[in-house]
Amino acid sequence: MNGRLREFGAGLAAVAPLAAGAVPFGLIYGVVAIQAGIAPLLAIAIASIVFAGSAQFMITQLVAAGSPPFVVVTSVLTINLRHALYSAALARALAPLSRPWKVVLAYLLTDEAYAAAYHRFTDDERSATRHWFLLGCGLGLWLAWQIACVVGVTLGGTIPATWSLDFAATLTFIAIVVPLLVDRAALAAMLAAGITAVALHQLPYKLAIIAAALAGIGAGVALDRSPSGKVPE
Amino acid sequence: MTLWITMFAAGLITFAIRYSFIGAGERFTPPPWFTRALRFVPIAALTALVWPDLFIIGGTVKLADPRCLAGLVAVIVIWRTRSVLATIVIGMSTLWLLKLVAGAAS
Repeated sequence: MNGRLREFGAGLAAVAPLAAGAVPFGLIYGVVAIQAGIAPLLAIAIASIVFAGSAQFMITQLVAAGSPPFVVVTSVLTINLRHALYSAALARALAPLSRPWKVVLAYLLTDEAYAAAYHRFTDDERSATRHWFLLGCGLGLWLAWQIACVVGVTLGGTIPATWSLDFAATLTFIAIVVPLLVDRAALAAMLAAGITAVALHQLPYKLAIIAAALAGIGAGVALDRSPSGKVPE
Repeated sequence: MTLWITMFAAGLITFAIRYSFIGAGERFTPPPWFTRALRFVPIAALTALVWPDLFIIGGTVKLADPRCLAGLVAVIVIWRTRSVLATIVIGMSTLWLLKLVAGAAS
């Protein structure tokens, strides 16, 4: 069998469980986006333009609060900055590829694709076609995510707001943050960000989000005693 | 229309972040302080979203609202189980139950 196709298929298989796990979030995003007053076509477009789950949930909150473009874009920048770590971790392995390949793989570089592909890029077997594995991971997740978001948008109007489905986004964020609280610096980052966000909540346009994020990062860095520069797994 | 442009800007920024080091190739690796600081980004950014949703209800700070209590339950569930799905299912159920009780009491 063709080596590229085999790598691609293995990538699809590796990301499949993660893609299945992302489906409920895509559904909820679609529903919440419609409830936030985002037009259906735009809500669907955001899923492929931005293509980042937590950022998409944040966008629905910010749009519902009437935040100006500057705040929306800066907040998306803040929350997606973690992807720079993935980009750095894969840069050496992808360096020989052509620019179009890099562009496509960078566009598809999500938490899930990185998690599924990471081990293929650190194992001993250095095949020349392993970027097809990453392509399989990225495209597999992309397809599942787009379908879930479209279905969610379609359902959007039929789900009553009293179900408080937007709370699922908050629960997801809690589920991401708590396992990251591994030391005092991380705990300080959470406390500083949380207290700042609540204390400044009366600032217009949800500007408190940006202030709180900066306060949290600052507090974390100030107390950080861990050895530097580990590649994330 | 403004919203469309905003979303394209947000998408471009997101792509630029993901492309950053891949696009630069082997020319440079991130400085250690940068990767250290990045560890705190998801913690700080997501907490900045979570706390107001838990503690600010209708514009004022409240500490015993259904959302706040359901959030506390969620913290315990993810801490004990490490399951995102269980956290969402139990967290949402707690919220619905508490709202039901609060509705019946008032």
